[in-house]
Amino acid sequence: MNTAEGVVAPAGTESGPVRVAVPRTWWQRHGTTATVWSLRLTLVVAVLALWEVAADRWVDITFISKPSDIVERLAEWAGDGTLWLHSWITVQEIVYGFLLGAAAGALAGFVLASLSLVYRVLDPFVMALYSIPKVALAPLFIVWFGIGMHMKVLLAAATVFFLVFLNTAAGVRDVDRGLVDAVRLMGGNRWHVARKVVVPASMTGVLTGLKVAIPYALIGAVIGELVASNRGLGYLINDAAAQFDTAGVFATLVVLSIIAAALNLVVGLIDKRVNRWKPIDD
Amino acid sequence: MTALLQTKELTKQFAKDDVATVALRDFTLSIEEGSFVTVLGRSGCGKSTMLNLLAGLTEPSAGEVRYRDRRLTGPDTEIGYLTQSDTLMPWRGVLRNVEMPLEIRGVPAAERREVAAALVERVGLGGFGDHYPRELSGGMRRRASLARTLAGNPSTLLMDEPFGALDAQLRRELQEELLALVQDGGQTVVFVTHDIEEAILLGDRVVVLGGLGRILLDHPIELPRPRSADELRVDPVFVALHTELARTLKEAAR
Repeated sequence: MNTAEGVVAPAGTESGPVRVAVPRTWWQRHGTTATVWSLRLTLVVAVLALWEVAADRWVDITFISKPSDIVERLAEWAGDGTLWLHSWITVQEIVYGFLLGAAAGALAGFVLASLSLVYRVLDPFVMALYSIPKVALAPLFIVWFGIGMHMKVLLAAATVFFLVFLNTAAGVRDVDRGLVDAVRLMGGNRWHVARKVVVPASMTGVLTGLKVAIPYALIGAVIGELVASNRGLGYLINDAAAQFDTAGVFATLVVLSIIAAALNLVVGLIDKRVNRWKPIDD
Repeated sequence: MTALLQTKELTKQFAKDDVATVALRDFTLSIEEGSFVTVLGRSGCGKSTMLNLLAGLTEPSAGEVRYRDRRLTGPDTEIGYLTQSDTLMPWRGVLRNVEMPLEIRGVPAAERREVAAALVERVGLGGFGDHYPRELSGGMRRRASLARTLAGNPSTLLMDEPFGALDAQLRRELQEELLALVQDGGQTVVFVTHDIEEAILLGDRVVVLGGLGRILLDHPIELPRPRSADELRVDPVFVALHTELARTLKEAAR
C-alpha cells in the first residue's frame, strides 16, 4: 500500500508491487463514463420524443397516453397532495416491511443455522414456504389482517424474511472451521466464537440477503396494494386504470421507478460496504 | 528435566459411515520443558492429527494427552498452536488480530493494544498494523499469525509446518527469527516439518514418524547454537544426521 515513502517494509518483504503515478487527461479519466451517460440521455430523449409524436397520431392515446400528459398529471397530483399522500404510504410499507422481515430473517438465520439438528429438520419446510409465490398469500393476509397497512407490511416482510434468512443461514454454515478453531485455541467459549467469528464471517451473506431483498420489499408492498387497498401507489394505479386514465397509470409508474431507483442506490451503498474486506483466498 | 507434555497410547480414528480411518495408533511421546522438538515425517503420517490432539482441538479415540501432569480435555491458553494455514480474521487488521487472544481473556483495551503493538513490531510488521490480511504477502501473514500466537503468552508452542508455503529465502529468515524469539521467551516448542534440514537446524531433538505415527527414530541434536544454515551444511555431524534421517524416511515409505 503505502510502502513508497515513510513506511519501511520489514526485511524479506521488499519484493511487493511497485506503484507509480500515471498522468491522464480529463478525457482518459472520464471519457467512457461521459460517453455512456450522454448516450443514455440521448436514448431517453429519443424515446420520449417518439412517444409524444406517436401518441394520437399512430396509436390511440387511450392506450399509451403521452409524455406531456403524464408530466401534467404528475404536476397536478403534486399540487393537490395526492402524490405525496400515496407515495408516503407505500414508502412506509416498504421500509417497515423490509425492517421487520430483515430483522426476523437475520435472527432466525443465525439461530437456526447454529443449531445443526434443528436446521436439518426444518430445512425442507422452509424451502417449501419459500417457494410459495407470496402473491398467493395476499388473500389469506387480508382475512387475517384486514386491508389496512398491516397487510402490506407483512406481505413485504414475508418476502424479505426468506431471502435474508436463507442468505444468513448459508453465511453461518460457510464459516471457516479454521477461524473457529483459532478462537477456541485462544480460550474462547461458544459465545466468543459466535460474536467474534460467526457474526462477522456471515456478514457477507447477511448483506447479500439484504441487498437482494430490497426490491422485493417494494414488490410485496405494491402487490398488496393492488390486491386490496384504499391508499398507496398500487391503489392509485388501480384507481386510474379503472377510469381509463392511462396518464394517471403511467404517472404512478414513474413515481414507482423513482422509488425503485432510490432503493437501488441504497443497494449500491451496501455493496460497497460488503466489498470493504474480502476473504484471503480471493 | 521434567516432562511437560506427554501422550499415552494415543489413538485417533476418523469414522465415516461404517468404516473408520486410523490416523494415529498407540502414539506415546514425552516432551521436556524448555526443549525444542522437531517432528519429521512424510505427508499423511499423522503429524497434523498429532498436533491437533496435543492442542486439545480434537478428542483422542483412545489414550490421553497430559499437560503438566493433568489430563488435557480441551484447548488450553498455555498451549499456542500455529497452524499450517493462516487463520487470521480477514475482517480485522493486523493489530486487532494480534490482540485477539488478549481480548478474549478480558484484558483492558489500552493494555492489549500496547502488547499487540510491541509484538507486531517484534515480528517485523511495524507500520502494517492497520492492514487487512489480504493486503499482506504470505510471509507477512505468517509473521502476523506468529505474533498472534505469542500474544496469548503460551509456555508451549505447537507449530505445523509453519513456513512450508514460503520460498526458501524467506523460510530461512523466519526460522532464524523464530529461534531468536524462542530463545528470549524460553517456550517449549513442538515443530512439525517434512524438511530434514529445517528439522536439524531448529531442534534440540528430532523425532521421525512413520505411518500411523509410529516413532522410527528419536534422536538428540547436539549441534552448537547459534546454528547457521550455511555453515551447518558442511558440518560432519550435520551431514551424518541428515543422511540417517533421509534413510529413515526412505525406509518408512516401504
